[in-house]
Amino acid sequence: MSQRAPAFPNTPARRRPSAVWKVLTSTDHKSIGLTYMGVAAVFLVLGGLEALVMRLQLAVPGNRLLAGETYDRFLTMHGTTMIFFVLLPLLLGFTNYLLPLQIGARDMAFPRMNAFSLWLLVGGGLLLYLSPFTGAPSQGWFSYAPLSETPFTPQRGVDLWSAALIVGGYGTTLTAVNVLVTGARLRMRGMLYKRLPMFAWMSWINGFIILFALPCLTAVLLMLEVDRLLGAGLFTRGDPVLWQHYFWLFGHPEIYLLILPAWGLISEIIPVFSRKPIFGYEFVAWSTVAIAFLSFAVYAHHMFAVGLGWPVELAFGTTSMLIAIPTGIKVFNWLATMWKGSVRYTLPMLYAAAFIVQFTFGGVSGVTFAVVPIDWQLTDTYYVVAHFHYVLFGGSLFAVLAGLHYLYPKFTGRFLDERLGRWGFWLNVIGFNGVFLVQHLLGLMGMPRRVYTYPDLPGWRALNLFSTVSGFVLGVGLLLLLINLVRSRTHGRPAGRDPWNGWTLEWLTDSPPKEGNFSLLPPLHSRRPLWDLKHPDDMDHLRPRRHDKNGHIREEERGHQ
Amino acid sequence: MSAYPVFSPASSLAQPITDLTRLTFWLGLGVFLIVALVLIYFMWRYRHRGADGEPGQVFGNTTDEVSWIVAAALLVAFLLFMTVRVAAASSPATDTRTPDIYVVAHQWYWEFRTPDGAASSGELVIPAGQRVLLDLTSTDVIHDFSAPQLARKIDVIPGQHNRLWIEAAQPGTFSGVCNEFCGPEHAWMRFVVIAEPLAQYRATQAAQAAAAASPNASNAAAARGAEVFGRVQCGACHQVRGQPSAFPHTGAVGPDLTHFASRRILAGGVLTNTPEHLRQWLRHTQEVKPGARMPTLPLSESEISDLSTYLEALK
Repeated sequence: MSQRAPAFPNTPARRRPSAVWKVLTSTDHKSIGLTYMGVAAVFLVLGGLEALVMRLQLAVPGNRLLAGETYDRFLTMHGTTMIFFVLLPLLLGFTNYLLPLQIGARDMAFPRMNAFSLWLLVGGGLLLYLSPFTGAPSQGWFSYAPLSETPFTPQRGVDLWSAALIVGGYGTTLTAVNVLVTGARLRMRGMLYKRLPMFAWMSWINGFIILFALPCLTAVLLMLEVDRLLGAGLFTRGDPVLWQHYFWLFGHPEIYLLILPAWGLISEIIPVFSRKPIFGYEFVAWSTVAIAFLSFAVYAHHMFAVGLGWPVELAFGTTSMLIAIPTGIKVFNWLATMWKGSVRYTLPMLYAAAFIVQFTFGGVSGVTFAVVPIDWQLTDTYYVVAHFHYVLFGGSLFAVLAGLHYLYPKFTGRFLDERLGRWGFWLNVIGFNGVFLVQHLLGLMGMPRRVYTYPDLPGWRALNLFSTVSGFVLGVGLLLLLINLVRSRTHGRPAGRDPWNGWTLEWLTDSPPKEGNFSLLPPLHSRRPLWDLKHPDDMDHLRPRRHDKNGHIREEERGHQ
Repeated sequence: MSAYPVFSPASSLAQPITDLTRLTFWLGLGVFLIVALVLIYFMWRYRHRGADGEPGQVFGNTTDEVSWIVAAALLVAFLLFMTVRVAAASSPATDTRTPDIYVVAHQWYWEFRTPDGAASSGELVIPAGQRVLLDLTSTDVIHDFSAPQLARKIDVIPGQHNRLWIEAAQPGTFSGVCNEFCGPEHAWMRFVVIAEPLAQYRATQAAQAAAAASPNASNAAAARGAEVFGRVQCGACHQVRGQPSAFPHTGAVGPDLTHFASRRILAGGVLTNTPEHLRQWLRHTQEVKPGARMPTLPLSESEISDLSTYLEALK
């Protein structure tokens, strides 16, 4: 006969839930955001190892390590992993964590749906990594028909690959709905659209891009499966190029949705570390809207070699060039924000500076593809590989790393170790540029992309070997970062609520913030509520204004106090 | 051959693209350097010097914003103007005449056919100094035809006939490659373009269009090789025009081997065409080109020797 334990008043009635159980069941936007990032870190390790194996195969001409189709499997898994299960969850993680905090909300609009979205994405990732058991997909992340059709790629892994992206895509689409409703409905009193912090602005606009782009992917993947499983022949007896129209109508906006929140992070970091508000808030914000629209109007520049005809190519070349203008506005405004500032070089700012240089390089090389005849020569060479890694790795991921160093004190209450962080930073910068700078030259030498090996032509061996060695430098840099992330959680210097002397609402709460985020919110009259709190004599909305010589309202400039 | 084919055009079609590429690269480099140098200067000039208090709070300046938007727009307009000009010169209209050469892409080799019946694989012969119109299609997946010194690149799509002008100003040999991912052996789908003086080109084409001669009676090894060719049913995939094949030719599955010995590359560019390489290919097909549609055939060493003698006699 069992005896009930006596009910002492201070004894918990049940065992406290374990940390793992809490993460699995949480609907709190901060827990979900961090889980997104943790999931992304796991996939980053997988995708990174895949990249290193690929670079090993390409280190010397005629290498036999991954001959033929094995290399294509690594290629497919690497691309799919990095795009859908590293960058996307990292950015969704930041959005989930930061958006409610920045707009003074307690949580996202639909917390349970938020958790559902997360686990759909995780489920997608699991499906993807189950595919090797049924024959890993080898058709490339772009999965061009008819190569991806059963006669040419019979293995079942392709179907799991499709399922992975469909499932993950549903999760991401639901997240977009959540972000849009949260940004539209849960802003605190006084948080007008024109006062939204830059990150909130960009991740909110990003919700629209996701909402309209991802269904194109879902649709075309279903069409592929109708072909593969039911033999419809939409892309074989139909038009093989149709795949590309759908895929890039998703795929090009995808590039922008992988960088908009990253731009948002940079637009938060540079002002705080330069001690000045973002230069030209309205221009930075509206250029984001312009990019959101244009991102759908440029997709066919991935298809200039298809033979669409000159009128189509000219139209898409024009829009592709136009998108450089709003992108340029952002770069100019980041630089102008530093102008006459007082710039502090802690790790977030170092990563932000590296971001600007590398992203600009990637952006400029991107313009060369909008010049249609250059695209006719360089598309599908290593020049493209170099270009988009400059945008997505040197740009998007470096911005995320800047954001990670910036927000880590908020996530954990502790700083990342500065010394270890600097080692990681320099290895990452040297490694990254070492891998991809020389790939521009390989492209100009005519090395096609997506090849498992190459002939021993003059220069090819040395440049490929250099690229591979740099890849391992980069690997060490990222490894140091991971060590830092784990170690500083317990060993880092305590940070407090507002370690960077920030201005947006997330710095008002505890680090890490408790559930519900805020116990008290200050009245909000401007874009920088914490500046107003810290400078009661110099609040933004009470700042004296004067008209400049052009008749525009201009904030008064003053020297150091 | 130059290390940078994009920057060493050998054709009036590729030359304008090269000029535009140089111009765009210089402009792009200029923009990048301005951004990078301004960033470095600002990082140094406005670094935190330990002073207390905040710097002046500047919120923006509409005049500055509008100026650099206008500057960027002018740059874009200029590039657009150049794009239109160069595109017309480097990819002229093609629907006015019948094509000179038919290009058929296969997993993983290139087939080149002329209307008079010459067929080659991996080797496109054109007359120098003339614009040649190609008609390109594919039998399986999407490939891409790229010979950057001579023409723009263009995709080769099943069920679709793209057309492309190609030209070599002078006689010479130029390399080409498949640029669209087309499966495991995408890496080995290379070709060479050989531009010959017109008279020589006509002679080459006439020779190529002719059927293959039977093995010389004095060459017993070649005759045995022809017998092996028939017995192991090479003809199921490969055609040798003018030669009896034990197997009816079922279509262009593998390269046409009629004038095999005159070719320079083997198996899509994995190897150069020498007797030793050919024997290596026959011995270890799947190791030399993993995933190739041709299996490693169970041939004895003497059969391989005879077969290669036969094939190398197909001049």
